Amino acid sequence: MTTTTVRLSHGSGKGLQELLSTVVMPALIPGGTGILEDAFVFDIPGRRLAFTTDSFVVSPLEFPGGNIGTLAACGTINDLSMMGARPMLMSVSLILEEGFAFEKLARILSSLSQICASMGIKIACGDTKVVDKGKADGLFINTAGIGIVQVGISLSAAYAKPGDAVVVSGGIGLHGVTILAQRENLHFASAAESDCAPLWPLAKAVLDAVPQTRVMRDATRGGIAAVLHEIATDSKVSIVLQESAIPIPPVVKGACSFLGMDPLHIANEGRFAIIVPADWADKAVAALRVFPNAKDACVIGHVVEKDRFPVLLKTSIGGTRPVEMPPGELLPRIC
Amino acid sequence: MAFVNFSDDSTAKLLLDKIALASQSLGQVRLMEVCGTHTMEIGRLGLRSLLPKNIDLISGPGCPVCVTPGSYIDAAADLALSYGARIVTYGDLIRVPGIHTSLEEAKSKGADIDIVTSPLIALDIAKAHAGQQVVFLTVGFETTTPASAKAIMNAANEGLQNLSFFVSHKIVPPALEILIADKQLGLSGFILPGHVSAIIGQTPYQFLADQGLPSAITGFEPLDILAGILLVTDMLRHKKSAIVNAYTRIAKPQGNPLAQELVYRVFRVADALWRGIGKLPQSGLTITDEFGFFDATKRFSMGNIDDSEMPEACSCGDVLKGRIKPVECPLFGTSCTPSNPVGPCMVSSEGSCAAYYKYGA
Amino acid sequence: MCLAVPGKVITISGDIATVDMLGNITTADISLIEEVRVGDYVMVHVGFAIQKYNEEEAKITLDLLKDLAEAVEKDGIR
Repeated sequence: MTTTTVRLSHGSGKGLQELLSTVVMPALIPGGTGILEDAFVFDIPGRRLAFTTDSFVVSPLEFPGGNIGTLAACGTINDLSMMGARPMLMSVSLILEEGFAFEKLARILSSLSQICASMGIKIACGDTKVVDKGKADGLFINTAGIGIVQVGISLSAAYAKPGDAVVVSGGIGLHGVTILAQRENLHFASAAESDCAPLWPLAKAVLDAVPQTRVMRDATRGGIAAVLHEIATDSKVSIVLQESAIPIPPVVKGACSFLGMDPLHIANEGRFAIIVPADWADKAVAALRVFPNAKDACVIGHVVEKDRFPVLLKTSIGGTRPVEMPPGELLPRIC
Repeated sequence: MAFVNFSDDSTAKLLLDKIALASQSLGQVRLMEVCGTHTMEIGRLGLRSLLPKNIDLISGPGCPVCVTPGSYIDAAADLALSYGARIVTYGDLIRVPGIHTSLEEAKSKGADIDIVTSPLIALDIAKAHAGQQVVFLTVGFETTTPASAKAIMNAANEGLQNLSFFVSHKIVPPALEILIADKQLGLSGFILPGHVSAIIGQTPYQFLADQGLPSAITGFEPLDILAGILLVTDMLRHKKSAIVNAYTRIAKPQGNPLAQELVYRVFRVADALWRGIGKLPQSGLTITDEFGFFDATKRFSMGNIDDSEMPEACSCGDVLKGRIKPVECPLFGTSCTPSNPVGPCMVSSEGSCAAYYKYGA
Repeated sequence: MCLAVPGKVITISGDIATVDMLGNITTADISLIEEVRVGDYVMVHVGFAIQKYNEEEAKITLDLLKDLAEAVEKDGIR
């Protein structure tokens, strides 16, 4: 059975990778692309800039810990931050479904604007389209952003080296579990709240403490497993994680065992992975732990020479197993 | 309450040591873990790499999704696309390839498919879509059948006219009987499924012990699985053959009589088709005449689901029977991967091929 | 073949209990098991409590395991 049409599973993880490599990229950039970073970095006289864009579709539009507006602000801010760029300008484009309430729209947009204001970002331009009832799920948002890369900083998913340490900025899986709990048919409520947050202050603190930082990636869709896969592949190395070191909040553990999902596959909107030379790992962790949403930051593994599997996990009982790239849309299972 | 810790590292290491010691005097030991959730956990723990060389864990046919016939998947997709029925299912079935299609493909063509975590939610969905026929894909082993039975009884009590159940329930012991008759497998003992046992208890497995196959009813935490392996190895060493229960905190010797009684008020035992294995006598369930109104095969006058066609060169049948390991299939990891599965063992995340692929051979 | 997770019973109303799984709340039909009380731990599978979690038995199992490990050790030396 060969797939010739878009499936939901093409929206994240392995499915997304396949869609990009077989259809999107060959058509958009026939000459081939280099490494796909979170943002594109380029030089103008006297300045190094980063440019990125992101689209937001989430159901429901509002959830504990945030809404589509906070996601739209943080998504673009975080993509720029991961390249070491201070976010400066943002565009905001809306696709609205006929019948959408003004009040809700205003509430969502003011969340977006408050986050931008708190980061000193100017919302510079935008666009609004309205489509027929039924043609969109209430509200879709696209944001794009430009940032100025910190002087002396050079980050890339290709820079991880054997011996480096892998740091995660906090407990994983809270955003994904929050959203899953909103899906009526899964029939559970969760005390989890989305971790959605702008990461620039955290990223800057890490870069100030450890300018030698090699890679930063926010662990959004596909979770920590997907970003580490991308880093390992782009850097032509493997990453070994220590299962017992990975901070997984109990509420995420509980939800994952109920749904039969792997916490490493669950999305985050305010957590990132950092790769630094091993000697600097403590400094990076200390710089992060100053922030309330990074108090659980820690080293979760290290980089090794390229192995058969990009990401490996040392299990609690001493075994080793590969960490799978999430296959696409996460499905709850009973088996 | 603080749970007793069944994943304590130092006890795990102790048990691993003892398994090595207990198996020293034994030749090749071939233990079958029947249950797909065990296969997953064994992979997740990286356990195969920690066991002595002479202990082989063979994965059995205990993934209900893998043994669901391809024609069942096609028929479910057809109910949605041709009859406009709303399909309600566990997430496990979504990506399973049928013979011609999958539910995921049907969904991308506009089929109404809802993913749920309990059959009771199908009742709510039926009420919310009163003008549409709603069909619940009723699959699973003994752990799941009481839930299906209760959902059908509730539907009857509430007089839900637009809900029906497309049943492909399987029962475990008859499949084990077939497996042990296959001398080629050379099995030494069984790691038995803890949650199935929570329902059916210990006695249905007695024939295993009678035929010289020591077996342990086993839970799913790291120490549970190690305990199961150690207990069976220890019995082999002492040339004993019994059914021991290493999961008494959940599985009682008599199982769950209330649940069993409920199952047989709604279902009766019937022959069933196991994908890749074939038709096994008295190995499945079908809805009794009393509740026949809720049988989707009757409501939609569906033909027999007895076509068990497998994709060419796919060895899932042999894998399900434990005859070969997933890596020995020529398609494994090349033309058959979790993102592009050929056979059912690769598509279900607890299928043995998927577990091997995910967690390394 | 069947995931079941332990949950703590918080409330009971007829056949339906609400259960807490480490901060996640779901409902479970408890009609398949006898004498469930608030505060009990039950194993939940597809929205049903299939058995109670027996803490005493858990301790016994763990003790038995340790005894067995010791016995194997002694035999091994012999």
